[in-house]
Amino acid sequence: MVLQALFFYLFAALAVASAFMVVASRNPVHSVLFLILCFFNAAGLFVLIGAEYLAMLLVVVYVGAVMVLFLFVVMMLDVDFAEMRQGFLQYLPIGALIGVILLAELLMVISGWVIAPGMLGEGAAPTPPVEQTQNIAAIGELLYTRYIYWFQLSGLVLLVAMIGAIVLTLRHKPGVRRQNISEQVARRPETSIEVVKVESGKGL
Amino acid sequence: MEIGIAHYLGVAAILFTIGIFGIFLNRKNVIVILMSIELLLLAVNINLVAFSYFMQDMVGQIFALLVLTVAAAEAAIGLAILVVYFRNRGSIAVEDINMMKG
Repeated sequence: MVLQALFFYLFAALAVASAFMVVASRNPVHSVLFLILCFFNAAGLFVLIGAEYLAMLLVVVYVGAVMVLFLFVVMMLDVDFAEMRQGFLQYLPIGALIGVILLAELLMVISGWVIAPGMLGEGAAPTPPVEQTQNIAAIGELLYTRYIYWFQLSGLVLLVAMIGAIVLTLRHKPGVRRQNISEQVARRPETSIEVVKVESGKGL
Repeated sequence: MEIGIAHYLGVAAILFTIGIFGIFLNRKNVIVILMSIELLLLAVNINLVAFSYFMQDMVGQIFALLVLTVAAAEAAIGLAILVVYFRNRGSIAVEDINMMKG
């Protein structure tokens, strides 16, 4: 139990510190790398409370796909980031004020309540004991039965996002030679080669 | 030292606040604003998973999964819009996004 608390504080402190560095660091590449660190620590927090599948998903999907996408875009855009820092301190007071107010409100909300004793394990889908069913199996049993439409819908959302991203960023450059299959198939010897009678000794 | 639900909610609240703070702080840089949105969604996910564990209910994790999906789709679309915008204007400053005079 002491070890668990120790790791909780380690992961939580690292997550909060790296999240702060995300918004405060000067270089957006560093921001992305700190965000990756933050997601790793959040995955550690998930492991501590028995959500192993979501932790792995966070590492694979977020760190492996989304953050690499961010990194690509940050490095692809040739932006003068030093110029972007202008007016950074101008927004600091109002941002800090709103942040402090929001944090105080949230902490007030979460500190003053307890879960009613009768409610434990009385939810829509109670967690099966870990000895019987692993986390990933429990999620699968729920996701592929009761929440199958939601699952399909999320797949559809990803499909729409993929098509949208392709449609947005695809551009047809003039002068690029593309393969024209019907033209290639329709090629005949008459259209592709020319027989020239060359007189001997003269050349073309 | 018992780690209860309040600890997890506290961490999530701090992360959420940092995300909001980041949106206010980086008023010029759209990329960092997108990253702040990812932080907000991560805080929400921590909340969902914490409630799922401490109330012994699997639905929270299912919902966290769906939030993760939507967040990934949002990041992809947002970055695509960003790339198109950068191609058109040559900058990603938020203040330049005023073509629609909104």
